Amino acid sequence: MNRVILHCDMNNFYASVECALNPELKGKPIAVCGDAEERHGIVLAKNYIASGYGIKTAETVFSAKRKCPELVTVRPHFDIYMRYSRLAREIYTRYTPLIEPFGLDECWLDLTGRALNEGEGVALANEIKNTVKRELGLTLSIGVSFNKVFAKLGSDMKKPDAVTLIPQKDFLSVIGGLSASELIGIGGSTGARLNVYGIEIIAELASFSKNMLNQMFGKCGEQIWKYANGLDDSPVTLRDTEAIDKSAGNGITAPCDLENGDEVWKVMLELSEEVGHRLVLYGKRAAGVVIQIKDNALNVKQWQCQLECPTQSAYEIAKRAFRLFSESYSWDKPVRAVTVRAINLVYEGEPSQISMFSSDGEKENQRSEKIDKSLDDIRARFGSDIIKNAAVLENGKIPKEKTPSVLPGGIRK
Amino acid sequence: MKYEKIYVSVGLNVDTEGEIRPVAIRWRNGKIYEIDKIRQKTCAASLKVGGRGIRYTVMIEGKERYLFNEEGRWFVEGKAVSN
Repeated sequence: MNRVILHCDMNNFYASVECALNPELKGKPIAVCGDAEERHGIVLAKNYIASGYGIKTAETVFSAKRKCPELVTVRPHFDIYMRYSRLAREIYTRYTPLIEPFGLDECWLDLTGRALNEGEGVALANEIKNTVKRELGLTLSIGVSFNKVFAKLGSDMKKPDAVTLIPQKDFLSVIGGLSASELIGIGGSTGARLNVYGIEIIAELASFSKNMLNQMFGKCGEQIWKYANGLDDSPVTLRDTEAIDKSAGNGITAPCDLENGDEVWKVMLELSEEVGHRLVLYGKRAAGVVIQIKDNALNVKQWQCQLECPTQSAYEIAKRAFRLFSESYSWDKPVRAVTVRAINLVYEGEPSQISMFSSDGEKENQRSEKIDKSLDDIRARFGSDIIKNAAVLENGKIPKEKTPSVLPGGIRK
Repeated sequence: MKYEKIYVSVGLNVDTEGEIRPVAIRWRNGKIYEIDKIRQKTCAASLKVGGRGIRYTVMIEGKERYLFNEEGRWFVEGKAVSN
């Protein structure tokens, strides 16, 4: 039996939720923007009217306002976006339990069995679209197809408030003429490299030699060839919106530039607190650390390293992250933003290789983890501000809203 | 016509199954309006004043009105008073 897969994409999600909450915004150019004072003054999302003025996501508010002086800017309300995302998924569950979120605003639904053919899939897609519109006041674009890649492509083809079918039979006649970079998995650089070989549209990619693509891009080459030929057979996997806990990261844009290592250390220490806490929640330890540094010219660089022994300790992660930073960053420019991410996570109980020559690192790690556990217990009982690293007590270069806080019960905001 | 979201106090009947049923609303001037009939109960967004919740289509003094239960708070779509 052929699969019936839907990809539901909530149009201009953040901006649409803002309009659903405040209908007076409807018909006006809207941009959801970060706080300029906290140096997050960029466009996070915009509606179609604002797009019509050429406003782009991630553009500065200043530049957006120059393009459209009457632009209405609103602050983001992530808790409300999360709620609307959850409500939409609750609607989807009326049709199938097999739902795979892709970010807050997109989901794949496997309706195989419920819909016996593509026509029934389209009818159900229309029903879902109308239900979401009636109950949440938001519009959806839905792609209906026989695999996830084409369902996603379909949802991008017509916007807003539309259902698009990419049928299994003769699908190239529908999508063959689209740019190859419209396919999921083909980003800007892959698209540019494909262009060099004369591949611009999906039909050209589909008829290109699989072996040559394999040579050019490795495994990914074969994968995009399969995508173009409708051979994607990846299942819709049931999971929640929470990202699979493959990594735990935390980052900030400092209110003003960080000028020296001491300031970066304080920020990394503070960021690592949250990372360590998340690892405890996941029941995992990090075997590696990634740091991402953005300088004040907006150049972004990233480095990573392995840890000597897997850890949950915020202090150990911060120490390794800072060592990596000290070894790698050349201080051409002051630092604007810092992210610390724990990677290569392993389960707490999983055996790990200890050093053959010295057990000092392992002992130090165990000691740090015990200290962190005690700190968490104290914060859970008496509140987040009761105990802090002395180094970060007077650190004006960490935005207040990003400062981790622990609620009674040990749950961090 | 401009509308505004008006939160109201609501009198509820709760049956033995825990099912709730609005029976009256208290307007902001303190006047209490009995709900004569509930015609429909559905999840819906308010297109006039924003927000969403469980929408009751109710009859009050012979007129049909929407009454929303927005996660425990109740509101109606009221005509905005121009100053």
